[in-house]
Amino acid sequence: MAKGRVQLHGVMKSFGAVDVIKGVDLEIAPGELTVFVGPSGCGKSTLLRLVSGLELPTGGSIMIGDRDVTLVHPSERGIAMVFQSYALYPHMSVAENMGFGLKIAGLPKNLIKEKVARAAEILQLTPLLDRKPRALSGGQRQRVAIGRCIVREPEVFLFDEPLSNLDAALRGQMRVEIARLHAKLGATMIYVTHDQVEAMTLATRIVVLNAGRVEQIGAPIELYRHPANLFVAGFIGSPRMNFMDGLVDGAEADSVSVRLNGATLRLPRHNADVRPGAKVTVGIRPEHFRVGPGVDAGDDQAVEFDSVIDLVERLGGETLAHLRMPSLSDGVLVVKMSGDIALRIGTGLRVGVRLAQCHLFDAQGRAVGEPGSRAAVAA
Amino acid sequence: MAGGPMYDNRVSGYLYIAPFLIGLATFTLFPFLSSFLLSFSDYQLQDPVQQARFLGLGNYLHMMGDDTFHGSLGVTFLYVFVTVPLKLAFALFIAFVLNFKLRGISFFRTAYYVPSILGGSVAIAVLWRYVFAGDGLINQALVWAGGEPLNWLGEPAYALFTIVLLRLWQFGSAMVVFLAGLQNIPTDLYEAATIDGAGKARIFFTITLPLLTPVIFFNFIMQIVQAFQEFNGPYIITGGGPLKSTYLLPLMIYEEAFKYFNVGYAAALSWVLFLIIAIFTIIAFASAKYWVFYGNEREDEE
Ligand SMILES: Nc1ncnc2c1ncn2[C@@H]1O[C@H](COP(=O)(O)OP(=O)(O)O)[C@@H](O)[C@H]1O
Ligand SMILES: [Mg+2]
Repeated sequence: MAKGRVQLHGVMKSFGAVDVIKGVDLEIAPGELTVFVGPSGCGKSTLLRLVSGLELPTGGSIMIGDRDVTLVHPSERGIAMVFQSYALYPHMSVAENMGFGLKIAGLPKNLIKEKVARAAEILQLTPLLDRKPRALSGGQRQRVAIGRCIVREPEVFLFDEPLSNLDAALRGQMRVEIARLHAKLGATMIYVTHDQVEAMTLATRIVVLNAGRVEQIGAPIELYRHPANLFVAGFIGSPRMNFMDGLVDGAEADSVSVRLNGATLRLPRHNADVRPGAKVTVGIRPEHFRVGPGVDAGDDQAVEFDSVIDLVERLGGETLAHLRMPSLSDGVLVVKMSGDIALRIGTGLRVGVRLAQCHLFDAQGRAVGEPGSRAAVAA
Repeated sequence: MAGGPMYDNRVSGYLYIAPFLIGLATFTLFPFLSSFLLSFSDYQLQDPVQQARFLGLGNYLHMMGDDTFHGSLGVTFLYVFVTVPLKLAFALFIAFVLNFKLRGISFFRTAYYVPSILGGSVAIAVLWRYVFAGDGLINQALVWAGGEPLNWLGEPAYALFTIVLLRLWQFGSAMVVFLAGLQNIPTDLYEAATIDGAGKARIFFTITLPLLTPVIFFNFIMQIVQAFQEFNGPYIITGGGPLKSTYLLPLMIYEEAFKYFNVGYAAALSWVLFLIIAIFTIIAFASAKYWVFYGNEREDEE
């Protein structure tokens, strides 16, 4: 059964002379919650609107289920959409908002009422059915917008930054509700956000977009562990991955030696296609550093750096230290530590990291080779 | 607080607002009050005011038996009830078209406003007279198209039509307000309705029109008030004729006062016109809560 499957083949979109979507190939399996994530202006909304039919592509084709819907009217694609602004009809009650599509489709009144009541039940909107949108809170409006989708029983739900107008606490709560709704309905959902935390927590699969192109597609943890390039490495994970410039010393069958900060790191890598002397970037996530005198001393699977504490951000549960390294061109390194660690600005600090947790990118920004062993990375 | 340097020189403060107060008193309050008082008198323009006699409700009672007044009142209502809906619909239609996102649309938005700047002027009314004259532009066009020339200004049925048209032609200010109202409706709503399967006409009647009701209401009031006071058209183009078919109330008031010198009676007529406009406005406001939708107001019952 292909119901709920979405396929994009070489989809392109230009507005006049501006190419916004530059050839996207993508297959979304039925029941998946796929998140399009990327920086503002990268084309996420445009790609979603191409799926919805609110925009028509200038190239390529779009399939929903077994149908080619490239030129099909939005109302006949089997999709429903939640807008960033909710887009509730302000002069209609909650019930009228949710039933509008069904009314146009010509369903009998009692059936509409029944479907609206059922959706309202799922979303706990029953007591609000007679209210106008202006008498609702942000979170309630959001739920009405979702309810309007549910009653249409679409093959695919589309969400365009649905939580960005809510305050932080409500956003977290609604995120959980959407995840729960997805589990309950089991429908295909495409969710657009610029917030990588939302992407990580909600997605079955993440599509990272940048400047109208797909940078990488994968499960959240996959993108976190094995970013395919510098862009994804920098975008997924918070705080951002640290990048350091290095030079390739030599490449062997199962490792690449990189000179960095005066030390030589032998990073476990298979099938690495790099030449000695090539410029590379080493990436280390803030949470992968370990602190303390000699944590990794004598361990040939780890490397240690000396640094000076530049700035300390205490977040309560954890602490972010900004470290300066005299011999590092980049200068500042962000390291995540436990919340109760004693740190003093201006004093020295020795941090270590396991080689298996170092990422390596070539001069074009692509990940070098394949990681040594998955077990080692996961440790 | 009190006695600060700002408040020391009260005289200069009053001097600053004096021009406005003098203007208000001279040109608004004084005519307002004096016309009210005169409406109870038999004051004649050629006589000193001291000779005016108090008539009580005499002028108002006289109206009841005045056929000219009854005729004028009928023509005025006909004019208003034809003009206002037509003009609102026309202005909305043009605004709707000008709201499309097309290249060069702002040029047309400006161009379509021009008639409103010119339309009220006496010169345009004079021009109108020539356009609709026996050998005027319209008739020349009719003949050219193979039709019969019409006696636009001589036939009672057509004469009112030319006056209505003159006002319709000044749709610009209503259009600009409609355009602003249309642009206030978020595109998202149209897109949501499109996904819901609503066609263009349905979207217009179920989304656009309801959300536009505050603007429709505003334009309706403005147009009612203006239409009841229409003077230039009948005065310059038709002179109220033929057979008093365009003899609108403002023109009658003018002629009673300055042609027949019955200022007392004219004042009473003005007050009746004022009352009619007030009643329509009150009805409109009272009905607003049943059909005007204000999106940003919170509901009373929470
Ligand atoms: N209707 C349009 N006309 C012209 N340019 C557009 C239009 N819609 C979007 N764009 C441009 O396309 C780019 C991507 O927009 P969008 O998809 O909204 O980005 P995102 O949702 O990722 O922030 C932006 O540079 C935007 O200016
Ligand atoms: Mg967007």
